[in-house]
Amino acid sequence: MSTYISKRLIYMAVILLAASLLIFCLYALTPGDFISGNIKLTPERKAELREIYGLNKPVLERYALWMKNAFQGDFGYSLAQQKPVLSLFNDYIWNSFLLAAASTFLTWFIAVIVGVVSAYKQYSWFDTLVLVIVFAAMSLPSFFIGLFLIKIVAVDLKWLPPGGMITTGSNATGWAYVKEVIHHMTLPVIVMTILGVGSLTRYFRTNMIDVIKQDYIRTARAKGLKESKVLFSHALRNALLPAITLVGFELPALFGGSLIIEKIFNWPGIGQLYMSSFSLRDYPLLMGFTMLIAILTVIGTLISDLLYHIADPRVRLH
Amino acid sequence: MAFIERTLTEAGKPVRKARKPSLWSQAFRRLLKNKLAVSGLVVVVFMFVICFLGPVFSPYADNKINMAAMNRAPSLQHWLGTDRLGRDVLTRVLQAGRISLTVGLASMVLSVFLGTFLGAVAGYYRGIVDQVIMRIADLLLTIPGLPLLFIFGALLSDWKVPTDYRMYIVMLMLSLVNWPGLARMVRGQMLSLREREFMQAAVVLGLRDRRKLIHHLIPNLVPLIIVMATLNIGGAILSESVLSFFGLGVMPPTPTWGNMIDAANNMIDFQQHPWLWIPPGVSIFATVIAINIFGDGLRDVLDPKMKR
Amino acid sequence: MSTLLEIDQLNTYFHTEEGTIKAVDDVSLRVLQGETVCIVGESGCGKSVTALSVMGLLQGTTGIEIGGKIHFEGEDLLSMDRHHLRAIRGNEIAMIFQEPMSSLNPVLTIGEQMMEPLVEHLKISKKEARKRAIELIEQVGISRPEQIAKSYPHELSGGMLQRVMIAIAISCNPKLLIADEPTTALDVTIQAQILDTMRQIKAESGMSILLITHDLGVVAEMADYVIVMYAGKIVEQGEVTALFESPKHPYTQGLLKSKPVLGQRQDSLYSIPGQVPNLLDLQPSCYFYERCEHCMEICRSKEPRLDKIESSQSVACWLYEGAAIHA
Repeated sequence: MSTYISKRLIYMAVILLAASLLIFCLYALTPGDFISGNIKLTPERKAELREIYGLNKPVLERYALWMKNAFQGDFGYSLAQQKPVLSLFNDYIWNSFLLAAASTFLTWFIAVIVGVVSAYKQYSWFDTLVLVIVFAAMSLPSFFIGLFLIKIVAVDLKWLPPGGMITTGSNATGWAYVKEVIHHMTLPVIVMTILGVGSLTRYFRTNMIDVIKQDYIRTARAKGLKESKVLFSHALRNALLPAITLVGFELPALFGGSLIIEKIFNWPGIGQLYMSSFSLRDYPLLMGFTMLIAILTVIGTLISDLLYHIADPRVRLH
Repeated sequence: MAFIERTLTEAGKPVRKARKPSLWSQAFRRLLKNKLAVSGLVVVVFMFVICFLGPVFSPYADNKINMAAMNRAPSLQHWLGTDRLGRDVLTRVLQAGRISLTVGLASMVLSVFLGTFLGAVAGYYRGIVDQVIMRIADLLLTIPGLPLLFIFGALLSDWKVPTDYRMYIVMLMLSLVNWPGLARMVRGQMLSLREREFMQAAVVLGLRDRRKLIHHLIPNLVPLIIVMATLNIGGAILSESVLSFFGLGVMPPTPTWGNMIDAANNMIDFQQHPWLWIPPGVSIFATVIAINIFGDGLRDVLDPKMKR
Repeated sequence: MSTLLEIDQLNTYFHTEEGTIKAVDDVSLRVLQGETVCIVGESGCGKSVTALSVMGLLQGTTGIEIGGKIHFEGEDLLSMDRHHLRAIRGNEIAMIFQEPMSSLNPVLTIGEQMMEPLVEHLKISKKEARKRAIELIEQVGISRPEQIAKSYPHELSGGMLQRVMIAIAISCNPKLLIADEPTTALDVTIQAQILDTMRQIKAESGMSILLITHDLGVVAEMADYVIVMYAGKIVEQGEVTALFESPKHPYTQGLLKSKPVLGQRQDSLYSIPGQVPNLLDLQPSCYFYERCEHCMEICRSKEPRLDKIESSQSVACWLYEGAAIHA
């Protein structure tokens, strides 16, 4: 097991190194930089600034420097915000996490229950209805459903605020602050849940249908166990087992923010930070963000594999 | 329930010796029985037909700027109203549909081709070929897709690629991001097929590599490929719309569903003129859901084991 | 001996897209207290479906239709409400299956799975249930019971798992044990051990056994009474000695002929020609006529009735028309 893990870790490092080089070159390839976008600067000042930030050095040299710093835990300095990238991430990432955690929880909660019931009643009208809704949820363009709900719920009905995390100019504290944030996050969380719940429900439904067909479910029934016990203690456990691997895959989504949703709801998360830095060509930040997601993806995959090995008694020993 | 199915097939075993139509026509007949899938297919066909033929019958197909009829709400003359240049929104939506559907279809063909080819080669030859292909796939899968697409989109804008060509480059971009996942699936399937008896038989018979690959393995991959391809069109249409919405995909004046929704980025249009951006959004939704439902029906009849 | 289980004109049909499959067609049988009844037949003859119908494990399957009556100690299992049936299942009627490897839940330990029916039916505490489970494991002939209770199914062999299945089945002292091909998936040496275990338990507890098998060797070893099924119907039934000595139905004769006999040299083993007919929408006839060497005109168009032709033997065959004893 430990050789397996160390092999995996080495491979992860290699992949991340290659990914960072590729991403760095791609960003370097994008013409224009933070300084050329600023029309207030004189050409002399621009050249001076480029010198200071090291933007006129060759790509590979800049990459080497970036990598060297990254190894020392320094992911660069945001040009637009004049702050270290990592401390900016720290400012924004928890806002993203708040949205993601709430919607992930809701998504799993709904998906497990609906998936199990719909599998149990396969081919019933409830099951067909669930399938249609699942497909609908999987087919929604994220930005469009966001805009659509803002238009209906926030603009027309005025039930919920259209965006942001707190009301502009508000300086609420304590409970009032919490309530305000919850008020603001409701709509984006609903949208994110709608977007995620389709495929997960389908996943649980399919798993559950497979499990219900197994011989050991028949045995459990033959033992005279209650149907709820058969379903939730015997079947669900087996259906949840492969789902454990999904927990790892949720990692980038949990901490990486959602580019589209945060942009549309003007949520001060890391995805929104990326989107605004993108138009400014704030490379250190873009690079840092992309690598953050890549790292989370790789770690998430590893966690998934390990969890699977730990959870399944059949795999555990081998 | 498996045991019932088992007893059923057990009981029905002799059924198999009765004359049976070919696998494909059997699959087709079962597909027709799936009302949901058929209605999905009907909607897809309908979308294609009205998008490609509809504008021909529209009196507004020339997209003439009409300052006298700006920002009109839906009416009998303009079923979905007009935009800020006085163009008929319904006609624009249909014309946009042509582009969006074409981009979706073309990038699907390209990524399925790439994914199948590379995945099959990797799975068949294994060894160093497999290593190279799959490591590249791993690399592309590690880099988050949306930022990657954004970088490409920005490159296009900065290089001042003419709008006419952007459409084709967007197709390329989408396939570049999509193929690794497909390649993985095909490779996995390939590896398991290799181990099956009929392949062993081909080896014993001493068939040459290419012959083995083309005549024995590819036909067995066809159901998987068809299903992946179908479901991939929907994904490609969605990705294109996201890119175009953020101004990084196909750009106006070439209309696509995605860049039409861009109208919602304008506060006044968003709040006062919903007919500008809701119809293209609904079109995306209707098309993609129809494709997904149809694709799922296909999956059921072609390869029930493949259910995910 | 009094009747424990009485199946009366049981019909189990599967309505499929291609037509109706009469998996069990008008089957009546009785199991007396302390008796071992064997149902014999080729795969697909409806013997497993009969067992599953008794257990009520087919309800809820799409396209299924079950008719007739199944009386257990005088109560009809088919018209019984779900809760009542559940209280009988695993408690008074228990069942073991063909595939011990897949019949136990892979993510629960043997102990947990053994404790479930004990807690459910005997209403004892988990601690007592665990103790009882370990005793049961010992009773079915497995050493190191504590350790086995803690292991997962994949850690044990098929023979061990089938013993565990038996232990689960007998845990609530059932009056009837239904065993559906309990030894088919096992090695020959293990088969004998499992049958021994079953016989021993039966001797100790006096329960009845409904044993389903295609193996006449198993029948000879275990049965008091034999029921031969073909294409969903009973073609012959009788006490084991009578049936083995003078089989009446051509199908039974064929089955017995195709069994190797020790000490007798045979050039080749007999096999019944032809195949089981397609069960889809069968027309009235004797379903065996295509394979029967005594086939007559009437066999093709009319269904023979199951008639008692000797005190302990009944057969459904036109050859014995008029030989029925009217008691």
